[in-house]
Amino acid sequence: MNLNEAQLLQAYRKMRQIRAFEDRVHDEFATGEIPGFVHLYAGEEASAVGFCMHLNDEDRIASTHRGHGHCIAKGVEIKGMMSEIYGRRNGTCAGKGGSMHIADLEKGMMGANGIVGAGPPLICGAGLAAKFRKNGGVAIAFVGDGGSNQGTTLESLNLATVWNLPCIFVAENNGYAESTGSKWSVSCENIADRAAAFGMPGVVVDGHDFFAVYEVAGEAIKRAREGGGPTLIECKLNRYYGHFEGDAQTYRGVDEVKKVKESKDCLMLFSKRVTEQGLLTQAQLDAIDKEVAAEIEASVAHAKSSAKPTSADLMTDVYVSYP
Amino acid sequence: MKEMTYRDALRLGLQESMQSDPTIVILGEEVGRYGGAYGVTKGLLHEFGEDWVRDTPISEEILVGAAVGAAMTGLRPVAELMYVDFITLAMDQLVNQAAKIRYMFGGQISVPMMLRSQGGTGRSAAAQHSQSLEAWVMHTPGLHLAMPADATDAYVLIKHALTLADPVIFLEHKGLYAQSFPFNPESAPPWGRAKISRSGNDCSIICYSRMVQRSLEAAAQLAELGVRVEVVDLRTLHPLDMETVTKSVRKTGRVLVVTEDCLTAGVSAELSARITEENFEYLEEPVLRMAGEDIPIPVAPALEAASVPTNESIKQSILKLMRKK
Ligand SMILES: Cc1ncc(C[n+]2csc(CCOP(=O)(O)OP(=O)(O)O)c2C)c(N)n1
Ligand SMILES: [Mg+2]
Repeated sequence: MNLNEAQLLQAYRKMRQIRAFEDRVHDEFATGEIPGFVHLYAGEEASAVGFCMHLNDEDRIASTHRGHGHCIAKGVEIKGMMSEIYGRRNGTCAGKGGSMHIADLEKGMMGANGIVGAGPPLICGAGLAAKFRKNGGVAIAFVGDGGSNQGTTLESLNLATVWNLPCIFVAENNGYAESTGSKWSVSCENIADRAAAFGMPGVVVDGHDFFAVYEVAGEAIKRAREGGGPTLIECKLNRYYGHFEGDAQTYRGVDEVKKVKESKDCLMLFSKRVTEQGLLTQAQLDAIDKEVAAEIEASVAHAKSSAKPTSADLMTDVYVSYP
Repeated sequence: MKEMTYRDALRLGLQESMQSDPTIVILGEEVGRYGGAYGVTKGLLHEFGEDWVRDTPISEEILVGAAVGAAMTGLRPVAELMYVDFITLAMDQLVNQAAKIRYMFGGQISVPMMLRSQGGTGRSAAAQHSQSLEAWVMHTPGLHLAMPADATDAYVLIKHALTLADPVIFLEHKGLYAQSFPFNPESAPPWGRAKISRSGNDCSIICYSRMVQRSLEAAAQLAELGVRVEVVDLRTLHPLDMETVTKSVRKTGRVLVVTEDCLTAGVSAELSARITEENFEYLEEPVLRMAGEDIPIPVAPALEAASVPTNESIKQSILKLMRKK
């Protein structure tokens, strides 16, 4: 493992930011102030952060409806995200997109997406554009186990190999698409097994283990940067909350999540490893927790006190406005 | 009178149809054990079993295409798309296959399938989960299109649609599922006929789906101002009952078309053109339209509400039509 102290602190901070952000949005959603559909990423942090730690602003990612974690991992500003989730004018997308559509193109974040399976084709395009820029840029599509069954995803895998694109497809298999089990909906044992049919490497990784994700991500991203083509990586992980906020979760046992949290929570595994190996101290981690808690608190206060869009905003930005 | 929710009426219609026609097979994402994203198919898996109520992976194009193929070969599939916004993914199977097969194949075969979905605003579900895309369907020759506004029509229209030999697109409104309505199937007009939801002599509102409710509310407010509005609920956009529309138009001479679907090249454009052409000599005023704004639906609640016709904007349009403002 080649992470220095600053990188380890950064990885922990990002994962903690995502967790604290999602826990807080969960609580705030219950108050009824957040409009629309909200899908939380808590539990899956090691995947987003394990990949995005290798990326810079020139690299692109495309996300899913469960996009907050990918946004934070890719460096989207937390205040703007929180405002967007509250539908405020100073949100990342001016209060027009909401939780399911947070995007920040300057950070290379091509959007959360309300259409399951819409990201992989976009990432083929971004991979193609990266090839033209010749700067070694890569493009990563995150899809769920459910999204892995869309024709768009499977066609993207084929095209990425045919065009030898610098793309990585990350299948975040959290066991469910809404209430549908991935064991049922995915026709083979592992989503990554499909890679062979598309002529690319396929890797299964424990998505709770940041270090394992970081390593396989690094190999695939390095190969893509060097012109070695695409990879399909399946992260096996768990989502802690319901499919959407308000989901009664009648399709899974009450202690299913509890067991995962106790045995392989990604933040817990990370903390244990870095402290046991003397890479970081508990005090360093605690200090981050405190800073992040304050940061999230401030983002909520900021969002709640921010102005809502007005009727003057209704018709703007459908098109570029020409003189 | 008996009351029923829109959701329960749809379920009852499906259930009774399945009891009498064993070729009806429901397929879609989360339609089985979960009972449908909006709960319409709840309990049907239990009653009819997994062969008849089939969950699918997330694969809209395939599930609609499979419905078309099964309809060509002896079944009567009812495919469900969670949101009409996802019809984009299934457009080839719908437009190039289902709609054209009968004509293209010289009338050899028909495609007795139904595609159910729901659309519309009201849940801050944003740009990809709130659209009204009926114009795309109406623009495709070969497809029937039903859009019920209340529980009675939800029930009678779905039951009748499940006896037709042609493909039917059945579009529900997410804002209506939980609402209760008087339930009186005997009172409903036959398939393909519009109904007069409120009668009046001063002007006519032509509408369907949730806009019927908003038009009725606006009409009630206008009655207090002395304007007697007739509200015509189209119920189906194909077939389109121009006879009933024309009768109302010739009675009142003034027409407002109201749709949640966006304005440009929308259903309101087609309706107003037809009304004008067919009633050229009878109109006191040009036909007016009140429709959704030509924008992707925004998430912020106030913006979302302002993106489609409201009771107030309908009322203002009528006042304009009556030259009262
Ligand atoms: C094209 C399309 N079909 C269906 C949906 C409804 N939907 C939203 S999320 C979801 C499940 C997605 O499951 P998965 O890809 O495993 O992602 P997860 O929610 O587990 O992160 C479904 C069916 C949608 N938004 N878009
Ligand atoms: Mg999943």
